[in-house]
Amino acid sequence: MYQYTAFDQAFVRQRAEQFRDQIERWQRGELSEEQLLPLRLQNGWYIQRYAPMARIAVPYGEVSSSQLRMLARIAREYDRPDPELLAHAQATQDALQAAQPGLALKAPPLRYGYGHFTTRTNCQFNWIPLVKAPEVMALLASVHMHGIQTSGNDIRNITCDAWEGIAEDGIVDCRPFAEITRQWSSLHPEFSYLPRKFKIAFNGAEEDRAAIGWYDIGLQALKDDAGAVGFRVLVGGGMGRTPLIGAVVREFLPWDQLLNYIEAIVRVYNSYGRRDNKWKARIKILVKSEGQGFIDAVEKEYQAIVQQDGAPHTITTAEFERVARHFVVPPLAPANRPSQVDPQGQLYQRWLRQNVRGHKLAGMKTVTLSFKRVGFNPGDADGDTLQALAQLAEDFSAGEARLTHEQNLLLPWVFASDLPALYEAARKLGLAQPNIGLLTDMISCPGGDFCSLANARSLHIAAALTERYQDLDEVFDLGPIDIHMSGCINSCGHHHSGHIGILGVDKDGKEWYQITLGGADGSRLSGPAIGGKVVGPSFSAAEVPDVIEALLDTFRALRQPGELFIDALRRVGHDPFKQAANGARHPKPEALLI
Amino acid sequence: MNILASDAIGNDLPEGQILPIANDAELADLVASGALAGVQRVELHFPKFTDGRAYTQAVLLRRRYKFAGDIRATGDVLIDQLVHMQRSGFSSAVLVPGVDASAAQRQFDRFAGFYQGDVLEPRPLFARLAQADAVLELA
Repeated sequence: MYQYTAFDQAFVRQRAEQFRDQIERWQRGELSEEQLLPLRLQNGWYIQRYAPMARIAVPYGEVSSSQLRMLARIAREYDRPDPELLAHAQATQDALQAAQPGLALKAPPLRYGYGHFTTRTNCQFNWIPLVKAPEVMALLASVHMHGIQTSGNDIRNITCDAWEGIAEDGIVDCRPFAEITRQWSSLHPEFSYLPRKFKIAFNGAEEDRAAIGWYDIGLQALKDDAGAVGFRVLVGGGMGRTPLIGAVVREFLPWDQLLNYIEAIVRVYNSYGRRDNKWKARIKILVKSEGQGFIDAVEKEYQAIVQQDGAPHTITTAEFERVARHFVVPPLAPANRPSQVDPQGQLYQRWLRQNVRGHKLAGMKTVTLSFKRVGFNPGDADGDTLQALAQLAEDFSAGEARLTHEQNLLLPWVFASDLPALYEAARKLGLAQPNIGLLTDMISCPGGDFCSLANARSLHIAAALTERYQDLDEVFDLGPIDIHMSGCINSCGHHHSGHIGILGVDKDGKEWYQITLGGADGSRLSGPAIGGKVVGPSFSAAEVPDVIEALLDTFRALRQPGELFIDALRRVGHDPFKQAANGARHPKPEALLI
Repeated sequence: MNILASDAIGNDLPEGQILPIANDAELADLVASGALAGVQRVELHFPKFTDGRAYTQAVLLRRRYKFAGDIRATGDVLIDQLVHMQRSGFSSAVLVPGVDASAAQRQFDRFAGFYQGDVLEPRPLFARLAQADAVLELA
């Protein structure tokens, strides 16, 4: 993991102090709400439905045990609403529920005291009062954490494949590049007021596990015939109202030109991206409308950076090596804990199959802890769990863990000989559900329970599906299926890339859900990145589990032996699935009166 | 950087030496047409403080077109963006009426340094440190 230098430490501390000053000026009336807005967004503080949401950056997902301990402390001590606020919030949600008789699903109560792992590998809290923000940011700064540019119209948290540096199919470890790019993008004076948010993803392995086709800039690491390292550069991918897959603008960009080229792309975007319409302001719109003209403009600007500016951000070998030195194999020692696990037991075998993957190093494994379980929202970790995770990472994974974009947590340095003991420890924490990659490993945004952008709630849908599909035999029989759900078109739940996507929409002030089929994130199993297609008019929440059931029944009826859901869908086409989905609609309430 | 209250700007330059540039203007065309000749001050515009096009314009004016006169920020100019402006090449800024300039100076004193190069210091941190190391080694 990257270790902060004195400069890095001072930087986040100064940033926290700057934010404290801005909050205090706002409290004194010297800054209006409107003037404070981008400043607090660029430190990760949203105003949400009932309380502020704090989005803490976890750069490319890497988190240490000491950082997990601090996140646990924040969850325990700060993520708590006043009883009146909680009562008001719960009452409002209950009223929303009551206003949709027959249409809604049983809704889990609002929870607090936990952190939420996001699809962008950040950690969110939903209840910290804004007046506590300076205190929280100072605490986080003490463990080298911050909320810098996790929101706002700036360059956001940079993501990678969760298996960077440890994957068996790894080509180049992208973490040093992600860290160098993160530093370059932090408080960039020219690029802090872009038309809209800007997201960059790296992938360093043969398989695209970082969904780079869905990013403003996607970077695939590769080596040319001479073995030189470079990147295939994609621009203009994104979700939201206009899902688009990134176009290749460069087949091979030499590694040391990374910052120069990104500068060219972002400069063209800053100059020409639309600012008249929030829904048309991402770079993907510019790329789509200008096509080759966009690529030409970027290349022209890049040439000017190199030839006229002297390319000052060419990454030196010395800087690359300085940063890369942090991303080596840490000191490793097996935990050698005793365990009572029957290695042939079915549950343990299933866990090995789904949650444990191979490793670049002989004798080592990677283990994904599942945060998808009954009674918890996807990706949520309460204070006690975060605290225990810190210890788990220390005992079994050299003090390191990685957030994944599927809202789980990966332990990257596990000895194969420690697997039984780790399994036992994970089970005690409720994190050993053997469902990674399967139906119940759903991605879900927080949705309308917390987010003021949402059109509909998502958590009760996730809960209903998690509860309905508890039979592991059934879940294993169905095989890998990506269900992704978003409470609104902002797509934080990445519904476009789900094999089954669920999108909350608002119709007549009630909550409805569009269901899409056939999306893909670009992974080997899912195929090239593509957005899913809508199956028909939207469904009520109450209908959604039955619709999912109908889709799965269709799959079971039509599949060939061993065939995956996504492959069966592509082979037979969407029609049988659409028919089944639409056939699962509930009779209209009026019809029941006859 | 010269920070000015909106009611404190006088007519210090003849009109012909001041060039206001809209934030959607094509700089390359403007420069090619000779519009910068004899200009002592370029005025760039922030229609809203969240519209960041003028930052790129300032950077290009300084770096590409080597403009050496005053680049002034006008429009929705607030305190918390002044450091970005200075680093992007602005040399003066006219604050919106009612903004208290007393909070401005401590913005400039806040950060010991930045990661990326800018108009004032084109070298990124890693290049500055490397050069400093090289100097130490020679000493």
